[in-house]
Amino acid sequence: MTIANPNDFNEPLQPSGWLRYFSFSLDHKVIGIQYLVCGFIFYLIGGALAGVIRVELASPISDFVSRDTYNEVLTLHGTIMIFLWIVPVVNGGFGNYLIPFYVGARDMAFPRLNAVAFWMIPPAGMLLISSYFLAGAAAQSGWTAYPPLSLTTPAAGQVVWILSVLLLGGSSIFGAINFIATVLKLRRPGLKLMQLPMYCWAMLGTSILAVLSTPVLAGTLILLSFDIIAHTGFFNPTLGGNVVVYQHLFWFYSHPAVYIMVLPAFGLVSEILPVHARKPLFGYVTMVYSIMAIVFLGLIVWAHHMFTSGTPPWMRLFFTIATSFIAVPTGIKFFNWLATLWGGRIAINSAMLFACAFILNFVFGGITGVALAQVPFDIHVHDTYFVVGHFHYIVYGGTVFVIFSSLYHWYPKFTGRLLNEDLGRLHFLLTFIGFNLCFLPQHWLGLNGMPRRVAEYDPAFTTLNQISSVGALLMAISTLPLLINVVVTAFKGEIAGDNPWNALTPEWLTSSPPPVENWPGEAPLVKEPYGYGHTEPALAQEATP
Amino acid sequence: MRRAAGLALATIALIATGIWIGFNVNLLPVVASANAPVYDDLFKLLFSIGIILFVGITIVLVYSLFKFRRRVGDQGDGLAIEGNLPLEIVWTAIPAVVVLFIGIYSYDIYERMGGMTSFHDHSAMLAGASDNASGIGAELASNIEVKAHPEIANTEQGKRYWAGIASMDDPDNKTLPVDVTAMQFAFIFHYPEGNITSGELHVSAGQPVQLRMEARDVIHAFWVPQFRLKQDIIPGQPTLLSFTPTKPGTYPIVCAELCGPYHGGMRTNVVVHDPDSFQTWLDQNRQPAISA
Amino acid sequence: MTTSPVQTASEPNPSPSGQANAPLSIETSELPLDHSHGAHLDVRMFGLATFLVADGMTFAGFFAAYLTFRAVNPLPPGSNYELELILPTINTVILIISSFTFHRAGKECRADRLGASRVWLAITGALGAAFLAGQMVEYFSLPFGLTENLFASTFYALTGFHGLHVTLGVICIAIVALQTHRGGQVTAANHFGLEAAELYWHFVDVIWVVLFGLLYLL
Ligand code: HEA
Ligand code: HEA
Ligand code: CUA
Ligand SMILES: [Cu+2]
Repeated sequence: MTIANPNDFNEPLQPSGWLRYFSFSLDHKVIGIQYLVCGFIFYLIGGALAGVIRVELASPISDFVSRDTYNEVLTLHGTIMIFLWIVPVVNGGFGNYLIPFYVGARDMAFPRLNAVAFWMIPPAGMLLISSYFLAGAAAQSGWTAYPPLSLTTPAAGQVVWILSVLLLGGSSIFGAINFIATVLKLRRPGLKLMQLPMYCWAMLGTSILAVLSTPVLAGTLILLSFDIIAHTGFFNPTLGGNVVVYQHLFWFYSHPAVYIMVLPAFGLVSEILPVHARKPLFGYVTMVYSIMAIVFLGLIVWAHHMFTSGTPPWMRLFFTIATSFIAVPTGIKFFNWLATLWGGRIAINSAMLFACAFILNFVFGGITGVALAQVPFDIHVHDTYFVVGHFHYIVYGGTVFVIFSSLYHWYPKFTGRLLNEDLGRLHFLLTFIGFNLCFLPQHWLGLNGMPRRVAEYDPAFTTLNQISSVGALLMAISTLPLLINVVVTAFKGEIAGDNPWNALTPEWLTSSPPPVENWPGEAPLVKEPYGYGHTEPALAQEATP
Repeated sequence: MRRAAGLALATIALIATGIWIGFNVNLLPVVASANAPVYDDLFKLLFSIGIILFVGITIVLVYSLFKFRRRVGDQGDGLAIEGNLPLEIVWTAIPAVVVLFIGIYSYDIYERMGGMTSFHDHSAMLAGASDNASGIGAELASNIEVKAHPEIANTEQGKRYWAGIASMDDPDNKTLPVDVTAMQFAFIFHYPEGNITSGELHVSAGQPVQLRMEARDVIHAFWVPQFRLKQDIIPGQPTLLSFTPTKPGTYPIVCAELCGPYHGGMRTNVVVHDPDSFQTWLDQNRQPAISA
Repeated sequence: MTTSPVQTASEPNPSPSGQANAPLSIETSELPLDHSHGAHLDVRMFGLATFLVADGMTFAGFFAAYLTFRAVNPLPPGSNYELELILPTINTVILIISSFTFHRAGKECRADRLGASRVWLAITGALGAAFLAGQMVEYFSLPFGLTENLFASTFYALTGFHGLHVTLGVICIAIVALQTHRGGQVTAANHFGLEAAELYWHFVDVIWVVLFGLLYLL
């Protein structure tokens, strides 16, 4: 049967082979990989910066880098990790690769916009990093860039930071528009919304958040840049401006941003667990509703970052209650995952180890989050290492663990080869130990008086900081087995076959790696992506070693 | 039946352990102000609930990974259970009740710490401060007036105050007022009574203190971990913060908001005296009032 | 692999050796290869509408900032921010009329009267340009500059950002008008460009009405 390639945009002149990953490709799979690889490079850079932070903090005095440099490093670390690693990878990376498969399409709704969105990222990232070398100094007011500090630090670096974040925000908006249109409008005939794999719902929710909140950040940063360049006074109190307005606008984006970082990860986990537990995803419908509830609640809780900013008492109270209630839909998801595992035939491989560790880490971070949401509690620990501990448990222990899990799960899809399990388990062990060693002590540090964003601290805190630094070292080492695994396996790995996990979601119902048009023939209509165990399980078979 | 009983027993044991740990393991620094013990009550509750949830979920997860792990050669599927409505209702309801309870309890704590102060019960305003001193709730109202009279906007009369924790029980009107100026990278304390200026904060155990804080340049924050108190000091927003120190000793004052390269060095001490030695300190440092 | 698992027809597990033999719950059918204009237009308009929601949120952020500034930040004594009403009112009327003329252009185009459509487009573009000119006149006659005070800065930021949108709209109108002229890029059967520009233009109008209410009337 011949099928006209519907990708009339896939001009024959597009490069093939490895070169296509450096081209303005319109193929969603290529773009997905581009996002992943690009994001991973920035992860290494952001991680190296974290290394600088941890070396500096291994001793209580400011001795490793100068104080200004320390602030630049921590600003770059936060910005890179959020805007160039987590957000692009869990949204753009896995989203672009998987969503068209999941909706039964041959590509995203707007392939050209998609490529543009990706290609905004490398220049933005390079701009950001080059500001350290070129503009004299990088931004040094933290990833939050609160004025008036951001108005008084060296202007060039701050302006470059704004420009770069604007580009990344634009990329994120374009990506989100594409996802919404693809999920809602490009579904193959016969496929109903409530039959979509959970990751589609997660991406739909995430994209709604991105469309509603990112533009506000863009507008705010434009005003901030006016303050810096044109000396207007929006956020400059000496000119009659109001700095708290900046904080409101900033967090109106940046709180939803944390769900932009974690909802896709929830979606990915929902795909991985059923496959390796060989059970249907528990509570599909409530999962969908809880995603939407998180999206809604996520938009109305931003001021919990400002409990000490002199907001009115009623406002603090409202935001406390609203924030606490996010625990309810989030809890539903976690209990549903546990129920998915319960009674399964769980394969304990690297993908599952990372996914299950994610559950633990995130619950831990979520519980400290609910504590932080209580105004009186937050008044003591705001802007301390307790907060640093909270969010690394979530962004690293949550999202990054899911990214690693997804890598082990979908690498065979990307390349047709299985990642090595032994190296995978080593990677897991090092990461898990290093991670807890690094971030668990930080909670105690915060409670006992160590503020964040400092290059020097009370010598009483030395031991715990050194433990934390050792943990960071372990995490750095843990990237080695991963890198070796990914590179060596790409050439020498065990051939996976098309569907090594016997999964039912649509991306596995084609060859691995898939052809340009995704399916050689028709797209399968997968009505039950989690239909494990519906019929008699296959007879147990002794595997011959 | 026996399984249900075992489950119930295990749950009770878990809850008991969680509560015991929460109330007996202390992760916090010394208690040195009147609202610190109140804070610690909340912390103990949150810690207990956190332990119960986290340990409970860990046990379930590790147990199912062990119990339901795939045996060698098993190619089969698990049970095709797609959901269970009653169960899902239960685990929606329990967290909802828990967070509601936490929310109400922390409201109560906040009230006891003095965070909910409204405009009207400012019996204990600073001697020198105007009647306009208020939490921001009333701040909007007073602001309308200020706008109507721009000429007084910058006078002491029209000055609006933001409040972190601003109320105190102070029947005898003994409150010690202190003006705090935060700047890159120091705190300066000024005592209107006695016209004392100091780089350290000296207070007397048992005597309520009200800080009137202003920032010169960028945002700073005043934090004393042993008091469990923190308040941002925002340029353009004079802010009130009240507390009553209880335990004599020397504690750190830490700037908790990134304010520039020396943010980490922006620290000083608060010395809590017993009443006698505080009086001595006051007498030794008192400056003659300078006539303007 | 020496033995392969026993497989029955109804088995949900595709064989490990990898051919994806479809489990029961999976049917196959043709992809929607129909790239007929209707479906495509639909997705693109949907994408544009989503983008406009995002754009609207940028304005919403500005509006929120403006309202908060007004409510909380007193202006320094003696500052002058009286705004003339006549010119902006005329401008508002111009912009509202232009929405109707654009609508008319779309109608003519769909009825395959491209010539008429072009005329209405030209009128719309002229009205947009007139609006921009009016805006310029207002800017130059105002007694305050960008950095005079908070209100002045906010005023210029809001109207300027909106003016940028109008400028973009006028450029789009010009392009679409040219396209009705040449090469059949915009025709009765294929008028995505025109519809998109129209939707955008209505959006810009609505924003202006809100902005007018907030800045001049409130
Ligand atoms: C992916 C990122 C991510 C995610 C998902 C979250 C999730 C949450 N966060 Fe976090 N947060 C950050 C990233 C994230 N956060 C970052 C980066 C900062 C610092 C920013 C900065 O200042 O630089 C921050 C800071 C931060 C603060 C401000 C602290 C301060 O500066 O003083 C607060 C306060 O309320 C908070 C709360 C929460 C809550 C309540 C959740 C909830 O969504 C968590 C909900 C989850 C659970 C609760 C666990 C699962 C639920 C159950 C098992 C059910 C049962 C549970 C209960 C009944 C409690 N976070
Ligand atoms: C969003 C994701 C994210 C991730 C994944 C991380 C990952 C890490 N973070 Fe970070 N962090 C943030 C987001 C993130 N962080 C944010 C938003 C802030 C706040 C910034 C602010 O205050 O403005 C912050 C702040 C922050 C602080 C507080 C700084 C301060 O307040 O003074 C610390 C301190 O320990 C820290 C440590 C770490 C460590 C050790 C890791 C580790 O997990 C990293 C592990 C990875 C590696 C170690 C990479 C290994 C690779 C190499 C070493 C190869 C070498 C590379 C080359 C030669 C190029 N982070
Ligand atoms: Cu002052 Cu930090
Ligand atoms: Cu938040």
